[in-house]
Amino acid sequence: MKQKNNIVRTIASIPRNLFSGLVVSLIALPLSLGLAMACDAPPIAGVITSIVGGVLVAIFGGSFVTISGPGKGLVGVVLVAVSTLGLTSTYAAIICSGLLLLVLGFLRLGKLADYFPSSAIQGVLAAIGLIILGKQFHIMLGNKILRDNTVDYLIAIPETIITAFQLSDTGQRNAAIVGVLSLAIMVFYSKIRNKYLQLIPAPMWVVICSVGFSYYCEFILKIPNPISPKYMMPSIPSLSEVINTLPEPNFEKIYTLEFIGSVVALALIASIESLLSIKAVDKLDPKKRRSNVNKDIKALGLSTVVSGFLGGLNVVTVIAPSSVNISNGGSNRFGNFFHASFLVLFILLFSTELPRIPLSALMAILVYTGYKLAAPEMIKRVFLIGKEQIIIFLSTLFVTLKVGLISGILAGLLATFLIHIFINKSIALFIKNIIKPNILMYKEENGNYFISVKHFCSFLNFNNLKNKLSVIPEQNDVIIDFSMCEFVDHSVMENLNDYQELFHKKGGNIEIIGMDMLDAKSEHPFALRRLLPIPGLMNNSKTKRQKDLELVALSFNLNYKPERQTSASHLENFMFFKTKKIEYTYNHLSHENSGSSLFDITFSEGEFIAKEVVRSTMLYVKLRKKIPQFALIKEGLLERFYALTRQKDINIPNQNDFSKRFYLNGEKQKEIQFFFNADIVRFFESNAYYHVESNGEALIIFNKERVASVKETKLLLDFGSRLKAKIEEQ
Amino acid sequence: MSTTQFKRIGIGVAFSPNLKANIYEAARLALFMKSELVLIHVGEEDDKKKAIIGEHLSALKKDQLISKVVFLPGNPVEVILLSIQNNAIDLMVLGALKQESFFKYYLGSIAREITRKATCSVLLLINPSVERVPCNHIVVNGLKDPKTQDTIRLAFYVSHKLKASKITVVEEVAQEEVNVKVDDDKTLRQSTIIRERLMHREKQRVNKLLQEVPLEHSKDITIKSQPIFGKRGYSIGHYAQVVRADLLVMNAPPKTSFWDRLFPHDIEHILGELPTDVLIIR
Repeated sequence: MKQKNNIVRTIASIPRNLFSGLVVSLIALPLSLGLAMACDAPPIAGVITSIVGGVLVAIFGGSFVTISGPGKGLVGVVLVAVSTLGLTSTYAAIICSGLLLLVLGFLRLGKLADYFPSSAIQGVLAAIGLIILGKQFHIMLGNKILRDNTVDYLIAIPETIITAFQLSDTGQRNAAIVGVLSLAIMVFYSKIRNKYLQLIPAPMWVVICSVGFSYYCEFILKIPNPISPKYMMPSIPSLSEVINTLPEPNFEKIYTLEFIGSVVALALIASIESLLSIKAVDKLDPKKRRSNVNKDIKALGLSTVVSGFLGGLNVVTVIAPSSVNISNGGSNRFGNFFHASFLVLFILLFSTELPRIPLSALMAILVYTGYKLAAPEMIKRVFLIGKEQIIIFLSTLFVTLKVGLISGILAGLLATFLIHIFINKSIALFIKNIIKPNILMYKEENGNYFISVKHFCSFLNFNNLKNKLSVIPEQNDVIIDFSMCEFVDHSVMENLNDYQELFHKKGGNIEIIGMDMLDAKSEHPFALRRLLPIPGLMNNSKTKRQKDLELVALSFNLNYKPERQTSASHLENFMFFKTKKIEYTYNHLSHENSGSSLFDITFSEGEFIAKEVVRSTMLYVKLRKKIPQFALIKEGLLERFYALTRQKDINIPNQNDFSKRFYLNGEKQKEIQFFFNADIVRFFESNAYYHVESNGEALIIFNKERVASVKETKLLLDFGSRLKAKIEEQ
Repeated sequence: MSTTQFKRIGIGVAFSPNLKANIYEAARLALFMKSELVLIHVGEEDDKKKAIIGEHLSALKKDQLISKVVFLPGNPVEVILLSIQNNAIDLMVLGALKQESFFKYYLGSIAREITRKATCSVLLLINPSVERVPCNHIVVNGLKDPKTQDTIRLAFYVSHKLKASKITVVEEVAQEEVNVKVDDDKTLRQSTIIRERLMHREKQRVNKLLQEVPLEHSKDITIKSQPIFGKRGYSIGHYAQVVRADLLVMNAPPKTSFWDRLFPHDIEHILGELPTDVLIIR
């Protein structure tokens, strides 16, 4: 029955996926052609990649709404491979990289990208953006040039802009005009909110306009196309030609260093780009499904092998078409499949029309894509996270541009690691603890998951934490405690933020605690954090928890003060603190006139070597009437709290269950027994457990010997105000 | 089981600033356990040393402490191991060192070697003090191991003697036991079900072990059983630290080889980074 339902649902989903597949193919076609040309491969290679990827990944893949095709990240690598190895050997390298991806998929190493620091990955992507932009910019402005490496292309950009104004050849000048107009379409498309206009993606508008222009010239103006034929798309072979003239991959250079380097770089960048895309797409998926990354990597590897044999490029998960797929209603892998089918149809029907597209128009699309990857906003974003991230970002960027992709990633790794050592002024912290299983996870009695992280948590060992997080169903509440951790880096913060979003979407919650003692390098929520050398020296930047507490304060109409206070005389006459020393209180949420407040507190037990420092969140409630002094504790915890003031348990007559569950003590037994009437007893029995203590005129309420999460804080506030009301109405 | 489990408690005596605290800790323990205290000093016997030790001991004499002092020169590790055998010591008390700045403790190389090679149970103390710090919460491992039964029984015995109020039996569920790798929603569901089942199974196993504990030792104590997910032998220390336990009771490790020290597992992790006082049962 369930099976049948599934089939019905799948069939019902076909029409909308057919539509989204059509829209996706409209953006995929120009992108495929352009990216292939940017790689110095025949334009049709890009389309072959999309078709093979679309069909095979739709069948074997493990994600739901992703679209596969030639990736922009590969441009830099394929370009190098074509120039050093030649086209036929490049195909061989592509096939080998596909096999490598398959192996990675089977070894479950698809998450390779998780081991790279975020800023280094950003650096690599920005470098690729510059590679694409640098080379294509000149063609866009009708100035085909040849340089040795990517940096030279970038340097030549101002020169090209100057020459663009002085072009004497009309054909070339027209090409430049078309290029600039196309770029304008790409830039302003997103600014125009018109639903009919938005139906067709911007790259397709570029294609439609330029093909339309060519027809306009031919049939209405009756003149030959004014754009120089040198700047028009070369002719596209028909499908039968493609099949008849399959390239023969050349495996002769397989043992050369360049070949192996290319294979590794191709596989690496393919997996990184795919992984980032899958992660981003999963966030957009309205059905909130979790993609099977390893299965997807295997499918991508397989389709890369096939694509290489058919004369295509590496198949990766592409982000832009995937998001178009989702926004047009794509709901399952049929979208990917139909996008491939429409591409076949286009090539069958319109392959003769494609040479009407001017090269400069196509390259304008790529220039825009490249710019998006390396946009100044990106650099600004990295800079906001922290100055040290800029060093990582820039060193990765420059090494990638100057030397190559693998060196770039290695440089990024090294820079990150060195910076971490420098910031902590300790290499031992990393070396001693790197192989230690630093994560502890257990389920608390109330069903929450508690995760404690020790030593340090950075890109080097984030996998440990990730493995634990990934086995928790997202509907659960999770508390991650970093109070035993000395150092948390930016990659971890960013990844945790992704997890928080994921859990939030599915009804769960991840709360991060224990960060208040770590010093952030900037105001940004993703900034890396290090244990303060002098504990207690509060820094200026607020943690996520502190910001959340501020919001809690707003919604409960309370004042929030994060600064610490060393005087806590109002707490000292509580029995609980008789054997403990209050160090300071911080993160105060207080009510203006009632005198009640909620705060985090740091107190210590014992002195000198036996000293133990404890942090907790407590609620102090000032009462408007006098009540007896008492302490109400869960049975069995008494000795823990009151090691020295051991007193007798007071039983309330006729409330056996209550007496059994709670330990009640105080000096004036009669008064206490009178105070705990049926109403109060029922209140305690029907609410969650809290430790409650009275000093005669005020209460302290708390339940854990650790700082409470924001959710727990709200519960505590609520419990406190209800208890106060209950007591005062007596 | 009213007879004492640890007839003789041994302690190494070196003339360090910690001497008094060490002697007091061990003496208190001996009094609680009703055992004899054997003080072992690696070195020649001389009157001055005897006088200092005697002075510390005399303060404790009023509590009817039975004690003797052994002087034996030689290699510290060998001397102590030999004295353990010669004096039929059941429990050896060793002090840990504290790492600079952060409140972290680790075991020095001599103590570490003794821990590995000793034939009796070993108690590692992280901060000995002259005044008693009450021992309230004891964490004990509930590993699936033939030794666990004895370990848990002894943990209850010790907690009874030290008048602890709470004991937590920790079962470590290794991720490898959950055979399903989590890739997507379906495998996540499967692995969650398997995990719950494993947790249930572990809890039952521990409950069975707990039934073997004499009622006399378990009646006044809050017993909790807590499954944790982490690395075997290491995460229990982490847990003890998180819940701020006062004593961690563990099985003795199987014979360790050179490779075990290179790729530490089980107890080696805990020796490198003591979370709290640790009692290793042999």
